[in-house]
Amino acid sequence: MTSNIIGILFDGLAYGSLLFLVGVGLSITMGLMNFINLAHGAFAMAGGYVSVYLGQKLGMSFLLTLPFAFLGSALLGLVAERLLFQRLYKATHLDQVLFTVGFVFSSIAAAHYFFGASQQMSAMPDFLQGQTRVAGVDLGKYRLLLIAVVAALTVALHLTLSKTRFGAQVRAAVDNQDAAAGLGINVGLIFSLCFALGTGLAGLGGALGIEVLGLDPGFPLKYMVYFLLVVVVGGAGTIRGPLIAAMILGIFDVAGKYYVPEAGAFIIYVLMIVLLLAFPSGLGGKRA
Amino acid sequence: MTIVSGLPHSSRPLASRSGSSRMNHRSVAVDRLASPRPRLFEAVVWLLPAVAYFVFPDNLALGVSIMTYAVAVLALDLVLGYAGIVSLGHAAFFGIGAYAAGLLAANGWREPLTGLLLAGAASLMIGFFASFLVVRGKDLTRLMVTLGIGLVVYELANRLSSITGGMDGLSGFEVSPIFGVFAFDLYGKTAWWYVYGVSLVVFIFLRFVVSSPFGLSLRAIREGVNRMPALGASVNSRLRIAFTISAGVAGIAGGLLAQTTQFVGIDSLSVPRAAEFLVMLVLGGTGRLYGALAGTAIFMIAHDYLADIDPVYWEFWMGLLLMAVVLFARGGIVGALFNLVPSLKARFGRAAQ
Amino acid sequence: MIRRQFLLGAAATVAFAVTHPAFAADTIKVGLVLPMSGPFSQYGQQMQNGIKLFMKEHGDTVAGKKIELVIKDDGGIAPDRARRAVQDLIVRDKVDILAGFTFTASALAAAPMAKEAEKAMIVMNASSSGITEASPYMIRIGQTLPQITEPAGRYAGEQGFKTIYTVVADITAGHDAEAAFIRGLKSTGGEVAGSLRVPAQNPDFAPFVQRIKDAKPNAVFAWLPPGEAAINFIKEFNQRGLAAEGIVMLGTGDLTDELTITQTGDAGLGVVTTGHYSMAHKSAKNEAFVKAYLADYPNEKWPNFLSVSAYDGMAVLYHGLEKTKGDASGPVITEALKGEKIESPRGPIEIDAKNRDIVQTIYVRKVEKVDGRFANVEFHEFPESRDSAAAK
Repeated sequence: MTSNIIGILFDGLAYGSLLFLVGVGLSITMGLMNFINLAHGAFAMAGGYVSVYLGQKLGMSFLLTLPFAFLGSALLGLVAERLLFQRLYKATHLDQVLFTVGFVFSSIAAAHYFFGASQQMSAMPDFLQGQTRVAGVDLGKYRLLLIAVVAALTVALHLTLSKTRFGAQVRAAVDNQDAAAGLGINVGLIFSLCFALGTGLAGLGGALGIEVLGLDPGFPLKYMVYFLLVVVVGGAGTIRGPLIAAMILGIFDVAGKYYVPEAGAFIIYVLMIVLLLAFPSGLGGKRA
Repeated sequence: MTIVSGLPHSSRPLASRSGSSRMNHRSVAVDRLASPRPRLFEAVVWLLPAVAYFVFPDNLALGVSIMTYAVAVLALDLVLGYAGIVSLGHAAFFGIGAYAAGLLAANGWREPLTGLLLAGAASLMIGFFASFLVVRGKDLTRLMVTLGIGLVVYELANRLSSITGGMDGLSGFEVSPIFGVFAFDLYGKTAWWYVYGVSLVVFIFLRFVVSSPFGLSLRAIREGVNRMPALGASVNSRLRIAFTISAGVAGIAGGLLAQTTQFVGIDSLSVPRAAEFLVMLVLGGTGRLYGALAGTAIFMIAHDYLADIDPVYWEFWMGLLLMAVVLFARGGIVGALFNLVPSLKARFGRAAQ
Repeated sequence: MIRRQFLLGAAATVAFAVTHPAFAADTIKVGLVLPMSGPFSQYGQQMQNGIKLFMKEHGDTVAGKKIELVIKDDGGIAPDRARRAVQDLIVRDKVDILAGFTFTASALAAAPMAKEAEKAMIVMNASSSGITEASPYMIRIGQTLPQITEPAGRYAGEQGFKTIYTVVADITAGHDAEAAFIRGLKSTGGEVAGSLRVPAQNPDFAPFVQRIKDAKPNAVFAWLPPGEAAINFIKEFNQRGLAAEGIVMLGTGDLTDELTITQTGDAGLGVVTTGHYSMAHKSAKNEAFVKAYLADYPNEKWPNFLSVSAYDGMAVLYHGLEKTKGDASGPVITEALKGEKIESPRGPIEIDAKNRDIVQTIYVRKVEKVDGRFANVEFHEFPESRDSAAAK
């Protein structure tokens, strides 16, 4: 019985990790930069296709493709930011919504054109298949990987944003652009790098998620709710908030589906509404 | 930065800026239909569909769809453009209205006009309860709460498949002739005039609402929420009223869909549908009512046209269109048009000095 | 390339239809409503390929009339778009026959118009039970969900599994599949130990699969929408060791559709499904069909049940027109096609004279590796299967 509960908790954590992975990039572009980026899924999809393409055409192992998924999406994000998105930082949120929805439409059709409409194959190596028994509990190996990546990523992001010079410049630029520019910070460059970081993380999440989320041209729309869920419930602009939100949503969703399967589809949505009403600026939000 | 400096008043000294912004404010107020008196261009706009009826007799199906959805997008404009509440859950009310009208007809209540009113009333009621949830928080929070409401309603309709037909939809019902005389026909002629009439009535009603003291107070709330309580106005109750009215109007749109197509699909209350409403509204421009009409028409005509040319990849061109509008016509198509007029006036006025 | 050229052809047809509403009486226009974009665009593509292939093999002229296609995209499960497409096809493009209809909602939304305009409607895939009642001119060529599901229950009963668990998506199709499976199972003396309904949009199957694992059944019957849900469920089933514990997975063809069988990979080996078409069906007609399909569409992975249904839909249409000597009006051609039997790549099929619904052999298949590819290999059959829910 206890091993059962621990197993469910573990699955919940793993699912939460997956939610966090696909959403954390959005916490940077939308949360930190205050840019309503509904195109997040398009960059996640791009990362997924990079991973699949390298795996299938060059025979690269799955884990090796992950850095390329990050870099590929980051590069794409950088180019898109320089050419398009940077023109919209000062636009209204609604214009940002319209623009990024348009971007999603085009990217769906483009992905269809280049990669076909079918589901792509995920290529999990053998050592990530199946379960391993730890202290009487069966733990999925792929799920362990997800949790490990999230742990590493959280630490890395925290250090980058709070301990490095880049992080300090980001915080300054986000808080007050004019003052930051007055201090000699290249605000445009900082924003570009920030956007690239966010889209790169999206790409990493997209690649890591293929095993569960699948990958086809409809990806950016299909999972948009999930990206937004994590970031908005967590509170935009922090790393901690989305992490907490993802874990709560993941654990409740999995436990709910296991113990009360009849309520399956409702749990995550109702929980979202309740959390948002209780914490309108998010779980990790500083401003009330 | 480039964007801000593009506006006419931003680079001027502070003193003149406040003056011009007041002036700007007044001109915006006029653009946004603050006066209850109709203007000439409005009559022209409302004549366009009637002209289209005779010029494009083969496209009545599209016309009926456009006007039906335009009613829903108008409803969204009331909450978003006037009350400032971003809603990604309006398909829920649209769908509730559609199911209400469909179920009434399926159970023997075939008279369309009363059926439509009851459909609106059903959404109005649900909208009233939902309105208590949406006044809290900022844009993103409201966006997600309304989205959550939409998702829950969708799932409920899916679960209650013995009533709603679930994914297979609600079908096999018929609607009586309008006034007992005009039966719905294959070509969509009756449907066309019916939807045209209803959308005109709804528009006049909303036009009246937004130019009433209530409508003006909504705008004041949107522009400075903090000051309104000082004026003795209850902000939350006004927002709730606006949301409830909007839900009712969206329900009427849904009712029109059910009655004119004799079918209700569960997609009518899906999140993609709600997102489509939002896209159509923003495309046309918020807070002007006419933006809702133009946005719906342009989006749907473009969709049909592009999907006929390129059934597989039409989304690509649609995406380009949306992005281009944001880049070159900020504030939506109607918004950009309205902005053009004062800026042209200002330019020529300055040249004259 | 072929695909693109065909699209251009379709676009040209549309342009032609718009500019020349009065067309020559020696053409018959077929209006197709298919999901060409959106999440189900592959379905539309498969069906379009099947139609095109048939017309390439049999020419575009039948009974002295030239067949002309007008393709409309409904974008997936979007009944109001499908209905508008049908209204445009009838009023603007003046088509003689309607065909396509991948989803039940689209078919039902279009039915009142087809009925009023007296147009024959060849339903190539929509599969809820009893939809042909919606219009007297509707003919179904594809499948019905109870028709392909009930044999799974009968097979499970014949195998004598002691405890069987069902898992279905919580949508109308899932409910229908659950009912049909249980009906089949009971008719052969079996019982269901437990039933689980899961959300249709469900990224993570871990909690549900764990529940099944804890219940320790002998077999599981699953109906899930084809796509990532089916792939994901089968994979999770394997990852958690249910297959290794000897739990047999049963399902309908949707679970091991040719479009997703490769992506499911080794995890799918041994899954037993019931369906009306497998690419690995052993007959000369099917081998020729598959060969021709792969030659024409080298980029498409495999033909699946959709391309065969669309191919057969055209075959039935050609037969009907030959019988009526080119009269395409709804009542005439529908009457001519009642009771029609043809030999399809999937095997013998028949249009029920009473309800215009499809009658066909349902095969029990197992996923195996054949020549390095995954395939549904048939090993048992239920001939002349009908829609069991409608017959009741």
